[in-house]
Amino acid sequence: MKIETAMLEDFARGAAFLGTGGGGDPYIGRLCCAHAIEQYGAPQLLALEAVADDANVFSVAGMGAPTVLVEKLFSLEEAHLAVSKLERFLGRRADVIIAAECGGINATLPVAYAALRGLPVVDADGMGRAFPSIQMVSFNVYGVACTPMVIANEHGESVIIETGAAVAAEEIGRALVVQMGASAMLSCYPMTGAEAKRTAVAATLSVAYGIGRAISAGRSAGEPVAALLAYLRTTPYYRHAHLLFEGKIIDVQRETTRGWVLGRCVLEALDGRGARLEIQFQNENLCAQRDGRVIAIVPDLIVVVDRESAEPITTEGLRYGQRVSVLGVSAPPALRTSDALAVFGPQAFRLDHPFVPIEILAATP
Amino acid sequence: MLRIGVDVGGTNTDAVLMDGRRLIAFHKHPTTPNVSDGIVGAIRAILEDGGAGAERSPESIAAVMIGTTHFTNAFVERRNLSSVGVVRIALPAARGVPPLMDWPRDFVTAIGHNVHCVRGGYHYDGRINSPLDEQAVAQAARQMQAQGLKCAAVCGLFSPVNAEMEERAAQIIAQEAPQIAVTLSSRIGRIGIIERENAAIMNASLAGMAREVVAAFAAALRALGIEAPFFISQNDGTLMSAERVAQYPVLTFASGPTNSMRGAAYLSGLSDALVADIGGTTTDIGMLVGGFPRESAISANIGGVRTNFRMPDLLSIGLGGGSLVHADAGAVRVGPRSVGYRLAQQARVFGGDVLTASDIAVAAGYARMGDAVRVAGLDPARVEAGVAEIHRLFAEALDRMKTSAAAIPLVLVGGGSVLIHRAIPGVSEVIVPQAAGVANAIGASIAQAGGEVDRVYSYQQLGREGAIAAATEEARRAALAAGAVPDTLRVVEVEELPIAYVPGGAVRLRVKVTGDLALARPQGAPAGEVGA
Repeated sequence: MKIETAMLEDFARGAAFLGTGGGGDPYIGRLCCAHAIEQYGAPQLLALEAVADDANVFSVAGMGAPTVLVEKLFSLEEAHLAVSKLERFLGRRADVIIAAECGGINATLPVAYAALRGLPVVDADGMGRAFPSIQMVSFNVYGVACTPMVIANEHGESVIIETGAAVAAEEIGRALVVQMGASAMLSCYPMTGAEAKRTAVAATLSVAYGIGRAISAGRSAGEPVAALLAYLRTTPYYRHAHLLFEGKIIDVQRETTRGWVLGRCVLEALDGRGARLEIQFQNENLCAQRDGRVIAIVPDLIVVVDRESAEPITTEGLRYGQRVSVLGVSAPPALRTSDALAVFGPQAFRLDHPFVPIEILAATP
Repeated sequence: MLRIGVDVGGTNTDAVLMDGRRLIAFHKHPTTPNVSDGIVGAIRAILEDGGAGAERSPESIAAVMIGTTHFTNAFVERRNLSSVGVVRIALPAARGVPPLMDWPRDFVTAIGHNVHCVRGGYHYDGRINSPLDEQAVAQAARQMQAQGLKCAAVCGLFSPVNAEMEERAAQIIAQEAPQIAVTLSSRIGRIGIIERENAAIMNASLAGMAREVVAAFAAALRALGIEAPFFISQNDGTLMSAERVAQYPVLTFASGPTNSMRGAAYLSGLSDALVADIGGTTTDIGMLVGGFPRESAISANIGGVRTNFRMPDLLSIGLGGGSLVHADAGAVRVGPRSVGYRLAQQARVFGGDVLTASDIAVAAGYARMGDAVRVAGLDPARVEAGVAEIHRLFAEALDRMKTSAAAIPLVLVGGGSVLIHRAIPGVSEVIVPQAAGVANAIGASIAQAGGEVDRVYSYQQLGREGAIAAATEEARRAALAAGAVPDTLRVVEVEELPIAYVPGGAVRLRVKVTGDLALARPQGAPAGEVGA
């Protein structure tokens, strides 16, 4: 399958859904993709199992402040600088491109870049959702080294980072990105096809497209949230998908700490009986508690969508008075192992609650 | 001191004569295709009436304030748009999405695809990201001139934070191609280069027509013997001079609802309230804060083009006097379909056979229109369910526009306001002002002069108070330049938005200051600029 221009709106919207409150503005991602496809043609979407064991798999991602991104947009020239520099450093050329995360920007950027290179993009990523830090990715959990990593900006400036731990790459990279203009491109976790097959989360790009398509079709039929849930239940990972809550946002608090936007959002049920849901977030939604009881927690996905249109709402877009549906969706199994939870489970976000899968929480009265 | 407020709507041109803040005469005149005839007709009528039958001389008028939807409609209908040259100052950044990328094709046909990307732009904190390539700007200017373009839009990277490069580019274009009218994105748009650039292009495409419309307004007033300056109302409830409208027509977009909200609030004596205008088909709800409409935080789509310039935050729902009432799986539904302007023929109380929201209100006994006997036979349970549904829809929409759970007053205007009869949760009192039919024109007449700043400040360097003080001072200066009386200035809005990822407490601050318009301006003094 090729990713054609006509698919981009659904694809970007679905990726924003999997971004679970973070992951950036899908509008910019879609336009950049459309521009790349117009110039270079539509890239092939390659199934993860079809990647050759000895293929060279290179990732590309954007990192930076959303406020800066909406001005500087992103340029494929920067993405190319990051990847080509890493290729030269390693002495091997990319055969396929892979996304590190799903989200409005970081799922669309690799597609645009693959178009530029005339290479296929793998139907997979490193989490099947979005996370706020470079180490929070299945590649890291299952033993692919994060570095060498290259960060590049629009001035043709680039930095190669080599660290032992992925966490160190995140910390150094973050400081560098601020110095380089607060929005930059990076390529990290260079790997082989065999490593990608062992560590990546498969089929997430095609599922993103499927999610977007289900929302569009649901809008035509008048029930987009129901259509979305019905579609998710047909997918291999996201099949435990529930409507956690339907309500109105009555409070949103945000604070910027160490460069992250942390906050909480309180919803009240529309039936007037006073039931409340509280969502904690750090860029992405982390934990949903109904009347004080946890009903979904990271790495499972908590997604806030508009109640009427099922349009995903980012944590930056939450406002008092919005009528929303909150969906809880099971994370891919690779994100739920004890190794994975050590990297991006509740404790990694300093939450006091243990991880309990959403389907078990739903079955517990 | 007398002033005249005019609202040029799609159907009617309304004029009001105001003595200070007192309404002394009003008139409705059908809007004419050339706009000015309708204005002349409406103003002539109020001068002749003058309040209590007295005639007023044109010399007694100190100012004329006009609100118009002309530019919005022209843009949406792609009517009389000028070809536009686009100069984006952002290289090497922002290459991923070129200008005009997401515009509907028919717009690009109308305004051409004349795009020049040059080096330049700033960082988020106003430091230079890359220096302006002045030669490239000059070359673009010469090329635009050779193509015969009359309008250009200039958009620079982070220009809301630092507009110097855009201003320098405008100078260069003025030197190389003096006949090209330039729109600077920093004057109208906010952070978000695609949307700000779109707003600038939109504005440039209207600039040619704006000059003609302003000249037509001036001619209309001259024909009436009115020598007083005239102003056009902007969508934030402040005024712009005639010269300024010719430069920045997009700032009039959606000024109609703004004037209506401000006029309604003025009539009710409130400055903080919900305002709901219930018509035949829709209910438009806005929120007044400190006498001005709250602005929308999200990007606005105008005629298929995404922009981010300031617009009043309005919620429109499909509830009005003509909304159809029907049963759906046992539940009674109201709207969104409506008989619209055919209410007076099709509603039951008017002898028709369509059950509308108005019929329900009459059957419930609280509204009086048409013949109540025609709805006397309706099932009381169904009438009750209809009344409950009308109030539920309305209350939910009101609540969406509120920013907190505290109860606030509601100003209700429009012909459909008779639908609302019961207490609304979260509303402290309901006020239905008199003369609400000309609220738009009154809103135009009471508009003020204002100044606004939207920029990133470092709280680490300046401290929070210091940064807010600096922004406020700049907004005050802009308001004074716009013609505000110094001792009437007040801060109507301070918004803080911390910027993620960047350490050092970078905060985007938006401050707005307004004041009464100084009317006794010395002859020959500049009429003032509005907006920072």
